Amino acid sequence: MAETVRSPWFLPVIYVGGLVFGLGLAISGMARPEVVLDFLQFEDFGLLFVMGGAAVVTGITFAIATRSLNRAPLTGSEYTRRLKDFDRNVLVGGGIFGVGWGLSGICPGAAYASIGIGNYPILWSIVGMFLGAYAQGYWRTLRAGDAADGVESTAD
Amino acid sequence: MESIIPLLAVGELFPRGITPYLLGGLLVGLGAAIIYLATGIIAGASTFLESTLSYVSDVPRFNRFKYVQSRGWRLVFTAGIISGAAIWGLVLHPGIWTTDVQWWRLLGGGFLVGVGTRLGKGCTSGHGVCGVGSLSNTSLVNVATFLVVAIGTAQLVQALGVSP
Repeated sequence: MAETVRSPWFLPVIYVGGLVFGLGLAISGMARPEVVLDFLQFEDFGLLFVMGGAAVVTGITFAIATRSLNRAPLTGSEYTRRLKDFDRNVLVGGGIFGVGWGLSGICPGAAYASIGIGNYPILWSIVGMFLGAYAQGYWRTLRAGDAADGVESTAD
Repeated sequence: MESIIPLLAVGELFPRGITPYLLGGLLVGLGAAIIYLATGIIAGASTFLESTLSYVSDVPRFNRFKYVQSRGWRLVFTAGIISGAAIWGLVLHPGIWTTDVQWWRLLGGGFLVGVGTRLGKGCTSGHGVCGVGSLSNTSLVNVATFLVVAIGTAQLVQALGVSP
């Protein structure tokens, strides 16, 4: 792993990147559950431009970096695309996430940003997310002995 | 469902306009691009849940190498997200804003989001922004799944008269 040698700029750049990311979530309205629910209820289609606009920027960035740039300056890591293996969990997890998103109007990044705009009731969602992540991690650890979970869990 | 008729008018599709959505989306992408170009890291927001749990839990799944070695910068990334939104809430658009969505929807929905994003290997930023930007088939299938299910859920909740 290239992470052994890190530039002193590593954490500051991560922070600035997160800051721009969070500013975007606030400006777009995604940090407000009402705006997301309006989209899901077909009352305001603006959210298509949030996900679309963001994916176009990352898409162009990934395409240029993987073809034309060498290694990331702060870590020495190679530039790669985000390609995860497909399995049944991608569908089941996506479905469970969809029910949660449709019920609450909140997703992880937007929930953190929501704290930043002073929306303290969002702490209910953040507590829920940690409980949910804990429950699935605990359950999958219990199941890991069955080897039904594929290669990933055998590392445990 | 008398609201279906006015929906057909194009002007009604974007009652808040398009600019804040597009500007916000471009900034979300730019934030991810800054981190990626500098470090090669493709940042998603939901892995923070597992990596942070490694601080307080002995469950082996949370203490795998990839979570423990990334938990520090993921805390910084999340602090950045909160700070960026705070710039909006304090400087650009001053005033506290709180949601009217009921607590049980926030808690229950949050729980399912926590289970689903971790089981499904990503969320709206990991799969939706970075995975789609990578033209990953896995991410495209995940996004299509959660969009369809979320729309169905939100419409059902609305039809049952739950508001807000």
